[in-house]
Amino acid sequence: MENEQGYWRANLRLILILLSIWAFVSFGCGILLVDWLNQFRFFGFKLGFWFAQQGSLYTFVILIFIYVWRMNLLDKQYGVKETHDAAVDGTSDTDTAKTSTSKTGGSE
Amino acid sequence: MDIQTMTFIMIGLSFALYIGIAIWSHASSTREFYIAGAHVHPVANGMATAADWMSAASFISMAGLISFMGYDGAVYLMGWTGGYVLLALCLAPYLRKFGKFTVPDFIGDRYYSQTARTVAVICTIFISFTYVAGQMRGVGVVFSRFLEVDIVTGVMIGMAVVFFYAVLGGMKGITYTQVAQYCVLIFAYLVPAVFISLLMTGNVIPQFGFGSVVNDGSGQFLLDRLDGLSTELGFAAYTTGTKSTIDMFFITAALMVGTAGLPHVIVRFFTVPRVHDARKSAGWALLFIVVLYTTAPAVASFARVNMINTINAEDGSGTPYSEAPGWIKNWEQTGLISWEDKNNDGRMFYAADERNEMKIDRDIMVLANPEIANLPAWVIALVAAGGIAAALSTSAGLLLVISTAISHDLLKRNLMPDITEKKELLFARLAAAAAILVAGYLGVNPPDYVASVVAFAFGLAASSFFPAIVMGIFSQKMNREGAVAGMIVGITFTASYIIYFKFLNVELNSADNWWFGISPEGIGTLGMLLNFAVAITISRFTAATPDNIKQLILNIRHP
Repeated sequence: MENEQGYWRANLRLILILLSIWAFVSFGCGILLVDWLNQFRFFGFKLGFWFAQQGSLYTFVILIFIYVWRMNLLDKQYGVKETHDAAVDGTSDTDTAKTSTSKTGGSE
Repeated sequence: MDIQTMTFIMIGLSFALYIGIAIWSHASSTREFYIAGAHVHPVANGMATAADWMSAASFISMAGLISFMGYDGAVYLMGWTGGYVLLALCLAPYLRKFGKFTVPDFIGDRYYSQTARTVAVICTIFISFTYVAGQMRGVGVVFSRFLEVDIVTGVMIGMAVVFFYAVLGGMKGITYTQVAQYCVLIFAYLVPAVFISLLMTGNVIPQFGFGSVVNDGSGQFLLDRLDGLSTELGFAAYTTGTKSTIDMFFITAALMVGTAGLPHVIVRFFTVPRVHDARKSAGWALLFIVVLYTTAPAVASFARVNMINTINAEDGSGTPYSEAPGWIKNWEQTGLISWEDKNNDGRMFYAADERNEMKIDRDIMVLANPEIANLPAWVIALVAAGGIAAALSTSAGLLLVISTAISHDLLKRNLMPDITEKKELLFARLAAAAAILVAGYLGVNPPDYVASVVAFAFGLAASSFFPAIVMGIFSQKMNREGAVAGMIVGITFTASYIIYFKFLNVELNSADNWWFGISPEGIGTLGMLLNFAVAITISRFTAATPDNIKQLILNIRHP
């Protein structure tokens, strides 16, 4: 139980950090600070404009892959293992999903 | 070979491919029909999600919109991609762990309530139909322009193809055709973009090209040239835009949150084998989407410069109509572009002020772009095939959500719980078929408010589903009463605001009358905040969540 709580807390912390960056590049650099950033040049772009139409999009992709990477580490650290076949995931709700393939939709 | 023959061949080939895949992957159980048996590889699912997500609006209309809006167009770019970060971090992994078939499944089970399930089913069906009408229309436009068949025939052909693979293959057929459709549409989008970037700036990569120097020896950056042209003609400078900061903020947020709450996007994450794959898959999906979304603003600025130069001539004196290039005359026939010679000089001129003589529909920018830049016929044909791929893949995904909502959420889990698997599958197919007919009808007789209802779809998804799902995962305290009240308040508020300004009092739809300067497009954000506030308050004063539900929540938090 303690282990599960630690895992969940670490997950929440990671989500909060990544979402702050998410909000900073899009709502921050792309919208609120755009006029100020536009005084700077990034190649042929005004910097604020670049964040709004290019930079924040690249950041979004990187954020998700960082999340995947960090969560895999967390899974390892807390010994969280998934079985390879989803249909025998072990939990009650996926079990009902499994049985629905075999005609006995049951509790579905 | 002329453009028309070439287009027939391209579209014919792509259709043959989709139908071939449908036959190879037909579904035999409800699990295969609803979620492709949860056996889809995460990268394949990422591609399918990308094709599912990028609709006729993304492919055909978005670059055009940006082209006319300049900086303000960023609301779509950030809004329609930023939602995936929310989806990947806050929704997808837990919903995959939950492991059922649909969004109403989750809402109904988590909030132990048939009322909540029913509200969710109604929202799902409404959101999906609004969306699908636009897609069929897109198919019609492409057919009527490039194949010169009328829109009705175009829509019929589109319906027949979708009917074939959606009804036969269900989610399984749709997933693998979407993978193929992604490849077709992204290739079709990139080829002309690369060509044009090369022509105008000498840079092969469009994303860098529109930050480069124009290729005419002037040494001027493309965007500076565009700012200059825009202000000269009476428009706002391209890189600054005209929307207020608060409106930019609210629209972007509504689109982000709406994207994360759209049922046809969420359901794609039920199709992968494991939680781990759901996370990864969201990353791949966004990567595939961003390839197109970062190209779009480049295409937008190239198209804008090209269009102004073609119509107003390089020296700004106006091109004589008698020398107008072929694309202007071609598109005039569809009524999407028109010229009125106000000063009787026989020359066309485009501007924001009284000098203007042109009416140009934003939707033609992507489709006409290769013609404007004089690219070879096969590129133009490819773009037509790409536009159709984008429209079909999104329609199929939406139709599946509608049919699942009816056969699974409404019949199986609500009205007739005792039906067999076989019967349920039959109902799913019938519902898909019926949905296609309705969508086709809407495509042929589009309500004139198609563009306005898109704001509706996102506003509703943002103000209903997103808060309910997020609180369902992250708060054990959130109970049935809170969630249902929150959803109802959120939807009612958002819908009333949009209906008031978009349908009842269109003439009042301007910043002076909006609350806090928030447009109907952005009001979903406020609706979402209201939903959260109401749900949290009500949940404090009503019965606590039952223990078995608390257990369910702990369970979905742990892969």
